[in-house]
Amino acid sequence: MNHRRQLRWIAFSTIVTREVRRFLRIWAQTLLPPAITMTLYFIIFGNLIGSRIGEMDGFSYMEYIAPGIIMMAIINNAYSNVASSFFSAKFQNHIEELMVSPVPNYIILAGYVVGGVARGLCVGLIVTLVSLIFTKISIQHIGITISMVILSAIMFALGGFINALYARSFDEISIIPTFVLTPLTYLGGVFYSISLLPEFWQNVSLLNPVLYMVNAFRYGLLGVSDIPVAAAFAIILLFITALTAYALYLLHKGTGLRN
Amino acid sequence: MKALTIEHLNKTYRNGFEALKDINLTVEEGDFFALLGPNGAGKSTTISILTSLVTKSSGSVKIFDADLDSQTELAKSYIGLVPQEFNFNGFEQVKHILVTQAGYYGVPAKQAEPRADALLKQLGLWEKRHTASRSLSGGMKRRLMIARALVHNPRLLILDEPTAGVDIELRRSMWVFLREINQSGTTIILTTHYLEEAENLCRNIAIIDKGRIVENTDMKSLLNRLDKETFVLDLLEPLNDSSLLNGIAFHQVDAHTIEVELQRQEGLNDLFSELTKRGIKVGSMKNKVNRLEELFLTLVERPETVE
Repeated sequence: MNHRRQLRWIAFSTIVTREVRRFLRIWAQTLLPPAITMTLYFIIFGNLIGSRIGEMDGFSYMEYIAPGIIMMAIINNAYSNVASSFFSAKFQNHIEELMVSPVPNYIILAGYVVGGVARGLCVGLIVTLVSLIFTKISIQHIGITISMVILSAIMFALGGFINALYARSFDEISIIPTFVLTPLTYLGGVFYSISLLPEFWQNVSLLNPVLYMVNAFRYGLLGVSDIPVAAAFAIILLFITALTAYALYLLHKGTGLRN
Repeated sequence: MKALTIEHLNKTYRNGFEALKDINLTVEEGDFFALLGPNGAGKSTTISILTSLVTKSSGSVKIFDADLDSQTELAKSYIGLVPQEFNFNGFEQVKHILVTQAGYYGVPAKQAEPRADALLKQLGLWEKRHTASRSLSGGMKRRLMIARALVHNPRLLILDEPTAGVDIELRRSMWVFLREINQSGTTIILTTHYLEEAENLCRNIAIIDKGRIVENTDMKSLLNRLDKETFVLDLLEPLNDSSLLNGIAFHQVDAHTIEVELQRQEGLNDLFSELTKRGIKVGSMKNKVNRLEELFLTLVERPETVE
């Protein structure tokens, strides 16, 4: 490893360490709430209502919604970790520590994104453990499961970063999760198969990227999916490429950071 | 070697305000350099451009010959910045702030930790190393910003009003510390509103006003240009008859205090001989204002600026 690469690696691991330390320090705000919320989902939708719904695609309703609920927790937390951490750094001006330093923009972006992915994975693990109390989870395709979790977390962490760059107040980092992310997640096939919808709404649902993530992840765990898994990977990779390019462009321009 | 070379630097903000107008400036390696100017003159904009917090409109900046545009990482790695406003994560522990900052400069934690410990001890923050930075007093926060700027051993330390709002005792101890840092080889650029501070610490000086450099010289030459000084004399006995001082340019403040204006060519000895002859006993004497302050006011009030 040459000297410059080594310096960049140290800078990258410093950002990741700081991000992980941050969400572990405030675990009551970052790790506990998803565990409680997801437990409620399992109790209400899985146990109470689910027992009356019966089977879906050959699985008990609880088994069917578990992958979607886990994926929902992962993407929400990957997004909000980066959005809130980067915006706080802007708000308290300590982002200047990074801007003054020789850390290149792509390392700053990678550090924050990996921090977001780390929180997404931690929460995903917690929610998976919670779900094991209510239902059994078996993994049909481990490679697809793991790669879909990581790619989905990366994609939403990038989204959170762009949101934080543009945000000028704390309100503006909650607008996207409330008005965009939540509807996309709920309409992304977490609680139902799109085959239950009329054809028109099935086609509309195909425009929702969360549908692809939830279904590809469900395929990894249960072996069933509403959409072709290859299409899910292609679409997510496309989104990641576009969001990375856009985030780097904004960083280079100094949007939301430099005058 | 030049620690800093600024050529034809311009900055116009989006609202059309021209903050910097064709700034040219050099700072030699090892110097203790003062960048002075009234509020809104362009000091902070200059520093923000040097430290990549503001994008310049045109011109070039080199830090130890590394161009800020084409050798960005190298140029930035030479700089340590103590900003005007507190800008650390209030929830992070003091030592974590230092080790993290060193990491951004590629210093591994194993090396950064002993450096951070040494700086915390030197700056009297050792007891607070595990405290969240928001719980520190104002003076401690100032010292923490200095420690943070030094943790990666920068060759150029830029201090933007580092002693603003700091009590006199702490200010003096910071002066001692900064002198030591400078003597160990670190080039320092200082902006301050305390002109006494600049006069005490700095060897060279630039004065910026309305976005232009109006003076750039060494401190000694600048102070030599002062053609008159006003001294405040405390008298041992009250002065009830001001006609005793006929022929001397003075202003009586109260019975025990007079201010005397002396031209540069006039010696203090002549004044004291004259006062002794007239039976006036002086208990103590001081400059009415700091010498640099007197010059500064003259320079920044000029209607026409000098390049």
